[in-house]
Amino acid sequence: MREALDPWSFVVAAYAIGVGGTLAMIGWSWLAMRAAEARRDRIREL
Amino acid sequence: MYGFANPARFLRIARWLTPVCLIAGLVIGGAALVWGLTSVAPDRLMGETVRILFIHVPSVWLGMAGWMTIAVASLVELVWRHPLAGIAARAAAVPGAVFTAIGLATGSIWGRPTWGTWWVWDGRLTSFLVLLFLYFGYMALADAAARQGKGRARVAAIFGLVGAINIPIINRSVVWWNSLHQPPSITTGGSSIDPSYLWPLAGATLGFTLIFAAVVLMRMRALLADQQAEARLRRKAMAAG
Repeated sequence: MREALDPWSFVVAAYAIGVGGTLAMIGWSWLAMRAAEARRDRIREL
Repeated sequence: MYGFANPARFLRIARWLTPVCLIAGLVIGGAALVWGLTSVAPDRLMGETVRILFIHVPSVWLGMAGWMTIAVASLVELVWRHPLAGIAARAAAVPGAVFTAIGLATGSIWGRPTWGTWWVWDGRLTSFLVLLFLYFGYMALADAAARQGKGRARVAAIFGLVGAINIPIINRSVVWWNSLHQPPSITTGGSSIDPSYLWPLAGATLGFTLIFAAVVLMRMRALLADQQAEARLRRKAMAAG
């Protein structure tokens, strides 16, 4: 007998991983870019 | 192509292109996901889990597109010695790996209620898992090459080119071998997807592709800034010594 699975729990899990992973990657890349450009500008002004 | 070889010219373009791609990608991708999540009818066979495909398919596409970006940039780096090509290849690795991992995870989540299993070792799933390991290998090689000097960058570029062999294997795996995974739904001959699913899928794919482009630009800007800072520090040290 097949177990009854709630499809929405799978949909929510997939969206959480997909959207969460994408937003985390955007945030990490944005912060890394800002930090690298700020360091370059600081060194330029030395 | 050499018009963009100048980092200063590239940065002038990237400064306005990055937020344009990012905002457009978030708006289009977000709207397509909300559309797919709330306004599309459940599929006759897959039921509500069809909605997972609006995030799974763009992720898988970008996992493969990320490696093709690495391969093309590596070819340009090796043949034409374009100064930004190696940076573009390195910048595409992280978003490519992230979307490959999301594609694997969401595919597994979709497979459990649809196929009755989280994972099967068939041609499509296995070759896509190999792609994730190729990304890990490329990132390790490229980081080591960046630390050890320019001569080593060729090793990472050659690895990027050779790894592209896996892309047609992923694409044709469902045709060459028996698989639980369905055959291609979108081919050069047309689409077998119902239009009510096709449009949100196209919107999500466009939105995520713009986000991918924005992340590549951000990572290129970060790598360029690091290179410029290191070069300036070296010049100062030489002038002082």
